[in-house]
Amino acid sequence: MNNIKSYNGGTYDIVVIGAGHAGIEAALASARMGMNTLILTISLDAIAALSCNPNIGGTGKGHLVREIDALGGEMAINIDKSFIQSRMLNTSKGPAVHSLRVQADKKKYHTEMKKVLEDEPNLVLRQGEVVEILFNGDEVAGVLSRTGAVYKSKAVIVASGTYLRGRVYIGEINYESGPDGMSPSLMLSQNLMDKGFNLRRMKTGTPARVHKDSIDYFLMEEQPGDEEIIPFSFLNMDKEFTQDQVPCYLTYTTEATHDIIRKNISRSPMYAGDIEGVGPRYCPSIEDKVIRFADKDRHQVFIEPEGLDTKEMYVQGCSSTLPEEVQIEMYKKIIGLENVRFMRSAYAIEYDSIDPTILKRTLEHKEFKNLFFAGQINGSSGYEEAASQGLIAGINAVQNIKGKDPFILDRSEAYIGVLIDDLVTKGTDEPYRMMTSRAEYRLTLRQDNADLRLTEKGYHIGLVSEERYRKTLEKKEAIQKELERLKKVVIGPSPENLEIMEKIGTTPSKSPISLYELIRRPEVHYDDTSLLDENRGHLKREVRLQVETQIKYEGYISKQMIQIDQFKKLENKSLSLDQDYNDIRGLSNEAKQKLNKFKPDSVGQASRISGISPADINVLLIYLEQKRRSAKDA
Amino acid sequence: MSETIAAISTAMGEAGIGIVRMSGKDAIKIGQAVFKGKTGEIENRKLTYGHIYDEDKIIDEVLISFMKGPHTYTREDMVEIYCHGGIVPVRKILELLLKSGARLAEAGEYTKRAFLNGRLDLSQAEAVIDIIKSKTDKSYQVSLNQLEGSLSKKIKEIRDVLLGMVAHIEVSIDFPEEDVEVQTLNDLENNALEVKEKISALLATSDRGRILRDGLNTVILGKPNVGKSSLLNAVLRENRAIVTDIPGTTRDIIEEYINIDGIPLKIIDTAGIRETSDVVEKMGVDRARRTVEDADLIIAIFDISRELSQEDHEILDLIKDKKTIILLNKTDLPNVYDEAYFKNYVKDMEIITSSITQGIGIEELERSIRNMFYSGSLEIKSDIVINNLRHKNQLEKALKNIESVIEDLEGQVPLDCLEVDLKNCWENLGEISGETVGEDILDRIFSEFCIGK
Repeated sequence: MNNIKSYNGGTYDIVVIGAGHAGIEAALASARMGMNTLILTISLDAIAALSCNPNIGGTGKGHLVREIDALGGEMAINIDKSFIQSRMLNTSKGPAVHSLRVQADKKKYHTEMKKVLEDEPNLVLRQGEVVEILFNGDEVAGVLSRTGAVYKSKAVIVASGTYLRGRVYIGEINYESGPDGMSPSLMLSQNLMDKGFNLRRMKTGTPARVHKDSIDYFLMEEQPGDEEIIPFSFLNMDKEFTQDQVPCYLTYTTEATHDIIRKNISRSPMYAGDIEGVGPRYCPSIEDKVIRFADKDRHQVFIEPEGLDTKEMYVQGCSSTLPEEVQIEMYKKIIGLENVRFMRSAYAIEYDSIDPTILKRTLEHKEFKNLFFAGQINGSSGYEEAASQGLIAGINAVQNIKGKDPFILDRSEAYIGVLIDDLVTKGTDEPYRMMTSRAEYRLTLRQDNADLRLTEKGYHIGLVSEERYRKTLEKKEAIQKELERLKKVVIGPSPENLEIMEKIGTTPSKSPISLYELIRRPEVHYDDTSLLDENRGHLKREVRLQVETQIKYEGYISKQMIQIDQFKKLENKSLSLDQDYNDIRGLSNEAKQKLNKFKPDSVGQASRISGISPADINVLLIYLEQKRRSAKDA
Repeated sequence: MSETIAAISTAMGEAGIGIVRMSGKDAIKIGQAVFKGKTGEIENRKLTYGHIYDEDKIIDEVLISFMKGPHTYTREDMVEIYCHGGIVPVRKILELLLKSGARLAEAGEYTKRAFLNGRLDLSQAEAVIDIIKSKTDKSYQVSLNQLEGSLSKKIKEIRDVLLGMVAHIEVSIDFPEEDVEVQTLNDLENNALEVKEKISALLATSDRGRILRDGLNTVILGKPNVGKSSLLNAVLRENRAIVTDIPGTTRDIIEEYINIDGIPLKIIDTAGIRETSDVVEKMGVDRARRTVEDADLIIAIFDISRELSQEDHEILDLIKDKKTIILLNKTDLPNVYDEAYFKNYVKDMEIITSSITQGIGIEELERSIRNMFYSGSLEIKSDIVINNLRHKNQLEKALKNIESVIEDLEGQVPLDCLEVDLKNCWENLGEISGETVGEDILDRIFSEFCIGK
């Protein structure tokens, strides 16, 4: 920006643009791994803002939060400080898909996180808008702020969320804005385009916030939290959480709601074609639901508190881009909202994102060295998805600077691996949301074992504290010991034993049976067998859970391990970023083009690029093997 | 050097000579074990005359060539056996090699080894790539013959059902709070049963591949003097036997190979037990039952000029529920019953009236055999046979996986566990149609070939 008189704002190892969920994890990882780190945000009041729904976790997303925690990230710890209701979803469906979801006190979440950033050594928190990323050739050199500060750095992580050329839509009205009334970032986009970036518009929407006292709860179904509260962070597993929980409420739209929507649909900018951005299919606006599923006579609506110190209530399931007057009229036809008072209107926000396929799996740009991207700018949606990427970008920026190996989690190791691989390999046409079905190996990628899977890795890169690492090792050992012990405890067919078996609801075994075998039965729970097991020690809940899960699903898990072995074989065949695929005979033209464009890092990644056929993969494998052999001969 | 593979290298069918080839670490050892020449000495890369023996029995008179690697096509030790043409000698020699420790080569495997062992450069390897590529390319699938084409289509149908099941499970897991209509466990089980049935049906189809390779196991049953030998001779005369079993060996059952419009028939002639009064008794009921059990097709002959005897009834009992063509023979003599009467005994089996000695009914019999197995004419191609072996393996794996899905459903195993088997099943099938890169290529290229050792 030529017209800005710049000054030297200091030199950092890493600069993070944005203090949303991605930026925070990136900055904290960087600082905690010893880097002198600067985090810049348009407004200090927007730190860790939960701009849309007031909850964290859910199917797939809850897994991400646990993984972030296991690797030494902050999200889980922060939500454990600020949640007001906790529920484990899918408990009827098997251990792989149990998903923790909690309601957050938005303000508290923000305040607590701001404290963490403020207290972090090595981290400088600064309000400021970045207008330009500075380069030295193809390498990043720092950033320029709108107020003229030049912050030099070795790496830059862009976590701009929905701020880039943000535009809010409410009916026929639209204006430049960041989320929730924040000011947008208007200049950085131009800078990126000048650098050759292809920016795309994405869209996301949020429902209205309404006054708590204007709702008739008697017409709704109350949804309380679970009696037993299970925290997100593995560090808090031993803690007792006894606080009161705040309920949510379930209600429904009516035909009258739908009539109003249908009558006014032409006034929605989505349907009028004013918005070019693509919205998330998995989080449709109420207009979308009514139009697309015309035969449904009602849709679910959840009323969720935004916090303890506020009377704002979030109307989940009712995001809309209809004009404000229509919104109010339409909401009033929802059961229990007849007298509703709006506090904030529903709106859609459109923003710039990059095509994530230009990134490596470290989230570094394939051409610009030490330039990283994380969060919604990569085409994802959701706090948890953003935080996951921030963490990985932060870690890898540090690894780059330290000259260490990249830190990549693959699809068989973590949901985070699935998320990033999906984004950078397949790209996305709509805001990407994590779901358990995106993970091929979810029986092994459970939320309950994220620490067992990842904490050691986090420790080795220097992000996980000694204490956390030791805790995980102890847990691992306790599980192993108990598993071994249970194999040796044999229950004889004495009358007392038979009676106990009968009592816990399983067929009494006439021949001696080990406890291990007994727990394998679907109807037998570990805890139920304590009467048969006089030498049982006092084990923590999380250890008992692992023991039971590992015994019960051993067969399925080992089948999945075989699948993972297969997967790893292709994953471990690495491809060079410099490979010219035109040189490989036998590849289809489409494959040559795509591979040259994507530059996958392994045959496994290549196999997931759309348009690459199994035949092409076979050709690649043969080519690699041939190359290896000729290199050996030479 | 890798595992020893063997295959028939010449086209199956009538020919002057046939070649059976072997490559791999034990090729020479196995070759020496089955071959006896005049001198007992073997020179590298020289054709040697002698005989192939199965223990002390001569299989065929051959020329054999032992070739030490690396100056061979595959760079491994190789053995080539030049024997008499036709289905039987090459097949018997191949079987003997397999019995002696070789395994059946897959399509293109010799070339692939040549490539992997560095004998071919990249441009030459294009041929290999084409072979491998052609297995999975969609364009090729279109041009595949009827058998394979319809297989792919059916595989796709089954995979669609599986995908539907997976999708329903996913929705209920990922959107636990949405009031979407979720498939009940009952629906899932019905789907699983449907998949199981379809896979089993396909496995039956793949049996036709075996038939192409081994010949249709055809048993001629009938009491003495009913016309079994006449039938055999008549069929042989018209279709020219490719080979008859080596004379001089004593066997209870004589096997003959004939070829009807490309359908190889291995005829097991129970008339081979000569001078007996009661076939069933002589063979022993159990044995007869076993022979009938293994048969793909039974031709049961009854004498229309005599009342049904005790033996006839025993035969009728044996062939119950079997794929059978009934010949009511000796129409040239006065008939004591007619076709309509006989129908009472055999329900919907095909009945042909014949007079074998007069040459009546033979053509009709051949036509029924043809119709029974194919709607069109099929050639014997060795790669179909091998593909089918692979397909069959995959189908068997898929069947096992869907069976465990059904078991899971009955055992009320959680949905996320059940899905492991479901996905395995889906992948097994995908490997047939080339829609998944799986064990197929990985195993074959990177483990069977012991690369890196």
